[in-house]
Amino acid sequence: MTTAHPAKAGGQDPARRGPPPPPPKRGFDWRAAALPTAIGLASFISVFGGLALYVTSAEQWPRIKLQFFNLDAMIAAFPRVLQGFWVNIQVWLTVLVCILVWALVLAIVRSLRAPWFAPFRLMVVIYIDIFRGVPVLLLVLLFGFGIPALNLPGLPNSGLFWGSVAMVLSYAAYVAEIYRSGIDAVHEGQRAAAKSLGLSEWQTLRYAILPQALRNVVPALMNIVVALQKDVALLSVIGVRDAVREAQIYTASTFNYSSLIVAAGLFLLATIPMARLADYLTRRDRMRRLQIAA
Amino acid sequence: MTPMIEIDEVTKYFGTKLVLDRVSLTVNRHEVVCLIGASGSGKSTLLRCVNRLVAHDYGTIRLDGVPVDDPRFGKTGLQKRAGIVFQSYNLFPHMTVLENITLAPRRVHGVSRAEATARAQEVLARFGMDGFAQAYPEQLSGGQQQRVAIARALMTKPDVLLLDEITAALDPELVGEVLAIIRGLKDAGMTMMIVTHEMGFARDCADRVAFLSDGMILEEGPPDRIFGAPEQPRTRAFLDRIIASGRL
Repeated sequence: MTTAHPAKAGGQDPARRGPPPPPPKRGFDWRAAALPTAIGLASFISVFGGLALYVTSAEQWPRIKLQFFNLDAMIAAFPRVLQGFWVNIQVWLTVLVCILVWALVLAIVRSLRAPWFAPFRLMVVIYIDIFRGVPVLLLVLLFGFGIPALNLPGLPNSGLFWGSVAMVLSYAAYVAEIYRSGIDAVHEGQRAAAKSLGLSEWQTLRYAILPQALRNVVPALMNIVVALQKDVALLSVIGVRDAVREAQIYTASTFNYSSLIVAAGLFLLATIPMARLADYLTRRDRMRRLQIAA
Repeated sequence: MTPMIEIDEVTKYFGTKLVLDRVSLTVNRHEVVCLIGASGSGKSTLLRCVNRLVAHDYGTIRLDGVPVDDPRFGKTGLQKRAGIVFQSYNLFPHMTVLENITLAPRRVHGVSRAEATARAQEVLARFGMDGFAQAYPEQLSGGQQQRVAIARALMTKPDVLLLDEITAALDPELVGEVLAIIRGLKDAGMTMMIVTHEMGFARDCADRVAFLSDGMILEEGPPDRIFGAPEQPRTRAFLDRIIASGRL
């Protein structure tokens, strides 16, 4: 070993020379991308083209096309279906707000540990078991047809109202469980810290636990929001004139089913952006967690 | 020498597992006592019994002469007088530094926002954390987070500070800044009970050291004697292991 280079003594010599420059950013290489793109396109065309050929080759296709994809019928049905869809949106938003609030109440009651809350905790557990166990459609039918017949004084008597109540009660059971998973996921150390600062159980939930829990469950809630948007159509079975009902009315009077396709299109227009938003929120949440973990 | 914390024959079970076995220990006012011992020896549990994060099963713990389970403390009196700092900081991640440390004064002790903020600025400045009031915990280094956690525990001007392995989660180069703060607190006369694996720190900062093993205090005394001439073979074995790992 000689002492030729001082850097040899304890590592690199920072003054030696600058580091090499960052590698140049590569532009998009058309030639390299051409073949994969061509293969992808060919695959697309053969799969979907094949499917289209297969379906349209059916003997009854021209009749079905006339009955389900009749452009004139679609245009004729559109205004009424759209009007019905506006009902869907209104019910969806109202029911959504009620669900988020009511489910939060349920989740809070279930997570409070004070002994005098025990009977209320039990009630919530039973509630969730019942309303998660019965199909939403059945609840909507029971509430929508049953309760208005009771003629309860001081309460609205419409199927729309009671059908919506059924939706809220059912969905809140699911959402309460989502909230609870979020609450349980908050680290136990947070409770210890809050308790050591003298915060009461309610203050601990309110200031320390819930803000973190709610942030954790946003992606899961977005899925519920999308599912609910579609399930509002269940109210059509009790005569609420939503998009599906309006489409059915048109179908009944013209024997043409194109109005149903219009309704389906409207639902897709509303749910697809929300599904993308849900994906985005999930991805962002994942990144946030990874950054913390790193 | 007035006793600040008096632990008398305290026993604690977790289920059927005995974690504290008739432990007695007194910490006088302005005194710093370090608890050392292997993991699972009951050090942290003993510390947590003092501010009742864990309720002990038998025996008594008095803070300034009053049993910690005495109704005279009310719901929050004990927490006001005995602050605790945890190994993993346990700051609230969704709150800024300022919100973290003013939460308890404002929501629990009814201090006005202005007053709490003024006190917070004072405590943060003392720990070199002024300028970070609006930062969120995850934007800070571990050492900075732990300094904020200490500030949070000191907001109510407690008589006693309980420190639970507060440097164990820190990168080695950040341990010093936190220990310097503890030394500063000792010089200011704070009564402290410290669970630590930093034997060097225990040796020159503690007034007394207690060695716990299997839920019992096997040996207790001034650091020079515990580290220099331990009487119990188990203390010696423990210290030998620590020395072998290069931590003393």
